[in-house]
Amino acid sequence: MADELGRKWDRCLADTALKTVTGVGIGIVFSVLFFKRRTWPVSFGSGLGLGMGYSNCQHDFRSPYLIHGRVVKEQS
Amino acid sequence: MLRVCLRGVKATAQKSSGRIRLTNVQQCREYTTGESSSASRVVAAGLLTVTGGIGGTIIYAKWDHKFRAAVEKNVPYSEWLLGLALGPVSQDSGLPIRKPMESIQPPSMLEKQMRTSKAKSEKKLKETTEHGAQDSGPASPQPAQNIQAEASAEATQIISAISEVQSIPAPCDTEPTAAAGDCKECSDPNIALETATVFQDTKSAGTAEPLRERSAEEVAARLAQQNQDEKDIITSLSAQLDDSLASSAKATLQAIGAQEAALQAITQHTHKLKEAMEAEGPSEEKSTQWKDLEAALADRTTSVNDAKTALVKANEALDSLKSVIDKSKGLKITAARPLILAAEENLHKMVVDLDKVVSKVQSAESEAKIVAQYTELVHEAKQQFQREVSSLTPEIQANWKGLTGKLSTDDLNALIAHAHRRIDQLNRELAEQRVQEQIHMEAALEQQRAEDQRALDKAVGTAKQHVKEEARLEQERKLAELREVIEAEMRTQLRRQAAAHTDHVRDVLKVQEQELRAEAEQELSSKLLAQETRYRQLTQEQLDDFTLDMNAAYARLKGVEEAIDSHVEAEEEARKAHRLWLSVEALTYTLKTASTESPSMPLEDAAEAVRASCVENDFALALASALPEESLKRGVYSEASLRARFNSLRSLARRVALIDESHNTLYQYFLSYVQAALLFEKQQEVPPTQLRSEDLDPFKLLSYASYCLEHGDLELAAKLVNQLRGEARRVVEDWLIEARLTLETRQVISLLSAYANAVGLGTTQAP
Repeated sequence: MADELGRKWDRCLADTALKTVTGVGIGIVFSVLFFKRRTWPVSFGSGLGLGMGYSNCQHDFRSPYLIHGRVVKEQS
Repeated sequence: MLRVCLRGVKATAQKSSGRIRLTNVQQCREYTTGESSSASRVVAAGLLTVTGGIGGTIIYAKWDHKFRAAVEKNVPYSEWLLGLALGPVSQDSGLPIRKPMESIQPPSMLEKQMRTSKAKSEKKLKETTEHGAQDSGPASPQPAQNIQAEASAEATQIISAISEVQSIPAPCDTEPTAAAGDCKECSDPNIALETATVFQDTKSAGTAEPLRERSAEEVAARLAQQNQDEKDIITSLSAQLDDSLASSAKATLQAIGAQEAALQAITQHTHKLKEAMEAEGPSEEKSTQWKDLEAALADRTTSVNDAKTALVKANEALDSLKSVIDKSKGLKITAARPLILAAEENLHKMVVDLDKVVSKVQSAESEAKIVAQYTELVHEAKQQFQREVSSLTPEIQANWKGLTGKLSTDDLNALIAHAHRRIDQLNRELAEQRVQEQIHMEAALEQQRAEDQRALDKAVGTAKQHVKEEARLEQERKLAELREVIEAEMRTQLRRQAAAHTDHVRDVLKVQEQELRAEAEQELSSKLLAQETRYRQLTQEQLDDFTLDMNAAYARLKGVEEAIDSHVEAEEEARKAHRLWLSVEALTYTLKTASTESPSMPLEDAAEAVRASCVENDFALALASALPEESLKRGVYSEASLRARFNSLRSLARRVALIDESHNTLYQYFLSYVQAALLFEKQQEVPPTQLRSEDLDPFKLLSYASYCLEHGDLELAAKLVNQLRGEARRVVEDWLIEARLTLETRQVISLLSAYANAVGLGTTQAP
């Protein structure tokens, strides 16, 4: 259980890095293709990627504390 | 956090230190420049005090030596300094040395005193002897004194040999034997008085000497040595005496002979002279007579000279003999006394003879002188007459007797006239002479008397001497005889005494022997009796003991059989208990098989064994089945591994200390990480007996748990770790589970082992 945190961090960082890089790539692509080589798609894409990675990371870390509920229709 | 603070402090310190140092130095410089004079003053004062102290110490040490010794003992290099200043310590060491010297002194002084007293006594003796002996005769009375001394010596020897008592006569024993040698040096004291005093002196000297009794062998050796020496000396002495006696006898005989010859010659001469005077023979006879006379005179002179030389030689020889005798007397050896005595007698005889002969010669000489005078007178008268006659009748020759025919009447007449005249003259002279006869007579008588007196004195003197000498010799002879007699008597007496003593000793010994024998027999019989009774007693005791032992042994045997019977059951119980215990031990041992990383062996088999060994014991059974499944299947981790794991977990738990259900964003994670980096808590802290709310801080809890783990309290550590909440709790969950498992298993096993021990103890009790 102790190294679970470590594993989570690995996953998290790897995931974030991937997403950022992917975002940067797609940004570059979009920048090149659609937005006349402006930088804002790149930063947008990296930010997108980072944000997604951060969010995933957070969710991963939170996962033990999340409570999954179901709506149970009342059968009267 | 703390570390950062420290670092910041250090940095600021470093920055400020540079500034501060400068100001410090400046301040110091100010201080020094401002108050340099006072510092030098202080330094000077200090130096002065130190030198004063040292000087005072040195001076006082010079005066008081004890103080010096104390200082030298306590202060390391002070002895060097004090030695430089005062010189080496001399006087004090003199004190302790003086005492041993003083103590040594008395014995040496005593010995010296003894020696000086001995020397004194010797000197005294010598003085007395010198006083006593002029021409000393033979060594006389070692007589009484030495007899006594020797007798006492022998007596004390006997006493000291028989009883080993250091008798007080011992010093007299040594003293006389040594002083026998000394006393032998003492020649004759005059008479008994002196001998008594001398003896007292030696005795006092003897008692003054320290009581050293020489051993019998030593004494014997000394005596033998002394005897030997004496013998040697005696032989040499006798040889000397004989030699000198012989030489002196020869010389004396020679002298006597010479004197006799001289006497003869003198008498001859006088006789011849008388004859020549008287005889009226013819002239040839006269001339022959005169020639004979001259020859006789020459003879006489030569013989007289010879006699004189012989006398001188004889005197010399006698003197030498006397000196030899004196020397031998000086040696003081008793055995030589008869020799000396004989020699002295001989000497005396020779002296007497010599004197006699000399006196004879002297008388003859005086006679001869008278005769010579007479002849002189006659000759002179004849001469006178001849001259007268020749003056009257010049032509007549001297020998007038043969000239009767040649004379003329005138001549005859002249001669007759002359003769008449002469007769007248002579008559006148005669008358005068008769008148003066008385006076002349008296004068002559006086002269004669004086001469007679002188001669008488001389004769009396010599006679007295001779008589004295003879008397002394007689005395000494008598004394020697007496001494011998007394010695013989003393010896017989001593022999008698010794015989009596031996008889007495024999009797006493016999009596003692009998007494001792009786005593011994009595002793023996009583001891034997005692031994017999003891022996009987012992045998009786032995028998009694034996029967007692037999009975006891039989009873014990019975008891033992019963006990054995009753023990068999107990044995069974015990065996069962032991089996249980062994299995529990095996179970305990399996716990130990855990290494640092891997868990122990599965406890399945051991638990099975335990279950098997306690089939009818519900308690043990229940316990055995209370073991957790996981431990059975997989085994448990050791405490050491848990401890190691905890240390790594601790850092993790610290890192996620802020994360729980509500705070679990990544930012919270970041904060938590920063907190873990900046917060410093004690590595191990003693957990309080009651946890308060502020102790529930994860950091504190972790330090408490670490302390507990380090001190082997896994349970408390688990409890404390159990208080963690949130992510930290999730992180340490695994560890907690493992710890719980281990604790459970250990608890069960300890219970089982306690139970097994109790059962075992219970079964070992005697029923």
